[in-house]
Amino acid sequence: MDVELLEIRQHMGRFPPFDGLSDDLLDAIAEQVEVSYFKNGSTILVLNETLNDLCYIRSGAVEVYRSKGELYNRLGEGDIFGHFSLLRNHKVRFPAEAIEDTLIYFIPNAVFQRLCEEDDNFADFVELERPRLETIAEQQKKSNDMMVTRIRKLLTRYPVMVETSTSVQLAAQQMSEAQASALLVIKEGSDNPRFSFQDSEGRTWQMCGILTDSDFRTRVVADGLSPQTPVGEVISSRLITVQSDASVNEAMLTMLRNNVHHLPVLYRQRPVGVVHLSDIIRYETHSGLYLVSNIFNQSSAQGLARLAPDVRAAFVRMVQEGANSQMVGSALSTIGRSFTRRLLEMAEAELGPPPVPYCFMVNGSMARNEQSIVTDQDNALILSDEFNPEQHDEYFLAMAKIVSDGLDACGYTYCKGDVMATNTQWRQPLSVWKRYFQDWMANPTPERLLHSSIFFDLDSCYGEDHYVEALQDQIAQTAPQSPLFLAAMARNALNRTPPLGFFRTFVMEQDGKHNNSINLKRRGTAPMVDLVRIHALACGSKAQNSFQRLNDISQTQLLATGMSDKLSYAFEFLCMSRLRHQMIDLQEDRLPDNNIEPENVEDSERHTLKDAFQVLSNAQKFLKFRYPMPAQRQGR
Amino acid sequence: MHGIRPRQKITQADWAGYMAQRLEKAHNPAIQNFFGTLLPDPDTPISQVPMVALDMETTGLDERRHAIVSVGIVPFTLDRIKLAERRYWVVNPSRPLAEASIAYHHITHSEIAQAPDLEAILDELLMQLAGRLVVVHFRNIERPFLDAAVNARRGEGVLFPMIDTMSLEARLHRQTLWARFRRWLGRPPVSIRLNASRERYGLPVYQGHHALVDALATAELLQAQIATHYRPETPLKDLWC
Repeated sequence: MDVELLEIRQHMGRFPPFDGLSDDLLDAIAEQVEVSYFKNGSTILVLNETLNDLCYIRSGAVEVYRSKGELYNRLGEGDIFGHFSLLRNHKVRFPAEAIEDTLIYFIPNAVFQRLCEEDDNFADFVELERPRLETIAEQQKKSNDMMVTRIRKLLTRYPVMVETSTSVQLAAQQMSEAQASALLVIKEGSDNPRFSFQDSEGRTWQMCGILTDSDFRTRVVADGLSPQTPVGEVISSRLITVQSDASVNEAMLTMLRNNVHHLPVLYRQRPVGVVHLSDIIRYETHSGLYLVSNIFNQSSAQGLARLAPDVRAAFVRMVQEGANSQMVGSALSTIGRSFTRRLLEMAEAELGPPPVPYCFMVNGSMARNEQSIVTDQDNALILSDEFNPEQHDEYFLAMAKIVSDGLDACGYTYCKGDVMATNTQWRQPLSVWKRYFQDWMANPTPERLLHSSIFFDLDSCYGEDHYVEALQDQIAQTAPQSPLFLAAMARNALNRTPPLGFFRTFVMEQDGKHNNSINLKRRGTAPMVDLVRIHALACGSKAQNSFQRLNDISQTQLLATGMSDKLSYAFEFLCMSRLRHQMIDLQEDRLPDNNIEPENVEDSERHTLKDAFQVLSNAQKFLKFRYPMPAQRQGR
Repeated sequence: MHGIRPRQKITQADWAGYMAQRLEKAHNPAIQNFFGTLLPDPDTPISQVPMVALDMETTGLDERRHAIVSVGIVPFTLDRIKLAERRYWVVNPSRPLAEASIAYHHITHSEIAQAPDLEAILDELLMQLAGRLVVVHFRNIERPFLDAAVNARRGEGVLFPMIDTMSLEARLHRQTLWARFRRWLGRPPVSIRLNASRERYGLPVYQGHHALVDALATAELLQAQIATHYRPETPLKDLWC
C-alpha cells in the first residue's frame, strides 16, 4: 500500500461498512477514490441524474431528500450515500445537498460492485434495510441456541488436591487455608482409566475420591480417628463426577439422584473444579424459574415487593446471556402474571371466595407477553353475567384494590390512563364487555379508540379463561369486516412516528430538528406494536404476541412477500436495543427508562437502528394507504 | 519564510507568447513536447481547464544549494480530483540530506539510496504536466526548483504559468483593506499556510509534508477557493501567475 493513501484508508477504516473490510479491499478503494469539494448550500446529487459513484463524506454534512423534496436523512463524517441509485439504475433517487462545507470521496461504481461481491457484510449494509436487520436477528438467535449454561461457568477456581498418603490433619489444614469445603484425593499411577489424568509435567494421577467438610465430621472425628490417618483410608470409593460441558440443570440432577452436595467437574478426565449445591442454588436464585416459585411462596404483599430486586437481577442476567426479546418479554410477563395471580390468591384468602365467577384480564404488554422492566399495569375484571353490582361490587372493588396496590408496590406502577380493575368502567360482566367491544368496532372514532385500544391486547391471567376467549373470538370475527374501525385504529397508529435516525450524536426528527435522546418505546416499539395489531385484527388473528401476530399475517396476502419478516427483524432489533439500554441503566444504578442517548449507541447499532426506523416508517406509510378512512365518514 | 533570499518576481503578461518562444529555442525533445503542448487560452473558464496539483519535498529552501527529494502530482478538474491518476516519485537528490529535512518529510537515507536520479523520471513528469495547468501552494519553491533541476540536466529550464493557492489566499487575507487595518492594529497576519488555509474552508487536516498528500490537499484547497470566492466561469487569466 502506498503510504500516501494511508490518510484516506485510515479514515474510511473507522466507519461502517468499511470498518469490516479486509485491508486489501480498503487499499483498492483508497486507490480509486475521486475527490470533490462542495460549498455549504451547493447541490451534490441532482434528482434523476446519472450517478456512477458511491459518495463518502470525508468532512462536512449532507442532507438527502426524497424525490418530493421532503427530508430523508442527514448525514455526517464517515456516512455514505448514493448506494440505492448504484444498486438500481444509476439514476439519482435521493438528491443531496451540502449543509456545511463538505469534502466528498467518490468511490467508482466498479469498486463499489467489487465490494458488494467480495464482502457479504458490505453488501448487506448497502443493499436494503432487511438483510442487515436479518443478519443481526439471526446472530442473536444462534447465540441463544447455545445459551444453555454450562456447569463450567459456575467454577471459580481449581480444586484443592491432596495425595492419599496425606494425613487428615494436614489435609484439614490445607482445606482451611484454601477456604474450600471439599478436597480431591489423588494418587500417582493409574488403576482406573476412567479417573486417571496427566498433570502438566506428564505424570499420571488417579483420582480416588473426594473428602468434604461433613466427611471430616462423620468419618474422622465421629469415629475417633487419629489426625495422622492418611486421607486415602477415610474417603469413600464411590466417585460421582460431571463433565465440564454438562448443563447446570444436569449437574443439579446428578446431585439429587446421588444425594451428594459436592460434584467434581472434569474436563475430559482432568479435574477442573468442584461445584457445591449452594453454587447452583445461588445461580438459580437469579433465574426466572426460581423467582416464580418464590413468588408463590410469599404470604404478603410486602414479601412480594421484596422480590423486586430479584426481578431486576434476573432481567439483567437474561439480557447479558443473549436472550432474545421474546424470551425476555415472556419471562418478564410470566413473572408479572405470577405477581398478579399471587395477589389474587391473597385477596381471595382475605375476602373469602368470590360471590360470582370472574376472570382477571391483563392487557397491553403483559397480554402480549412483551413486558420489559419498565412497565405499568393494565388490567380489568370480567365478571359473570350473574353479577349484581349492589350485592357483589364491593367484593370485586376490594379485590381490584388489593391487586393494584400490590402490583404498584412490586414496581408495576398504576396505569396513567386508569386502565385498571379498580375503575368501575373496567369491572363489568361479560355481556357488558361484549357490548363495549361491539360498540368500539361498530362506531369507532380515532379519539374514542385512542383510550380503549389498549383492550385489543387481552389475555386471561386468572379465573374463568373462557370469558376472555369469548371476547377474543368476537374481536377476531368482527374486526376484519369493520373497515372504519381499522381505519380509525390506523390513524391512531400514525400519531407516533419514528425519528429519521441519527445525525452525529443527535436524533434526527422529520422536521430536521435534533433531540439528544430518543424514547425507544414511544418512537419505536409502541408504534410497531400498534401497526402489527391492526394488520392482525384485519386478518382475524387471535394471537396477542406481536411476533405471533406477524406470523399469522404472513400466512395471508395482506402484506407484500417478505414484509412481515422485515417487520419482525426490525421489531426484534428495536426491542433488544431498548432492553440492552435498560440493562445498562440497571448495571450503572440508574432508574431504567425507555430513553436511549445516541452517544451511548455504537456505530453499528446506530446504523441498524436507523434501518429499523426506516422499516417502521415505510410500514406506517403503507398503513395509511391500506386502511383509508371511508369517504362518507371523513370530516367528523 | 526565513532563509529565502529575495527573488526576482517571475511575472509574465503573455504566457502563451513566452511558451511559443521557448518552443522555438528548445533542443531537448521532452522540453519541446512540453512547450509544444498548448495550454488553455487565458479566457477559458476555470471549470474547463485540466489541472494538475504538484508538490515537491526538498532538502531545503534554496534551489542553488538544495535538491528535490520527492515529487507528487494529482491530475484534477474543478469537479473531480482523480487519485487513481496520481503519480509519486522519490528521487535521489545527489546532495547530502540534512537530518532536519528528514524529520520534515520523513524520507530516509535508505529510501533515497535506492531512488533514481530526477533525470530518470523527468520525461515522464514533463509529459504529465504538459497541457495541464499546474497548481501549487507557494510557487516560489516549486517553480525555481523545477527550473533549476531541469536546467542542470537538460541545459534548458522550464518556466510555465501556475495557479498558486497560497497567493490566492494572500489576495484575500494579506492585500485587503481589512488586512492592512489588522496589521496597523498590530494583529498577526492570517496564516496562509496550507493547513491553516484549508481549515478556513472546512477541509480536514491531513498529515502534511508528503508530496502526494500535499498535492491532494492543494487540489482540494483550490476547489474550495473557487467554490467560495470565484465562479466556475472565472477566466483562467484571473487566477494564474
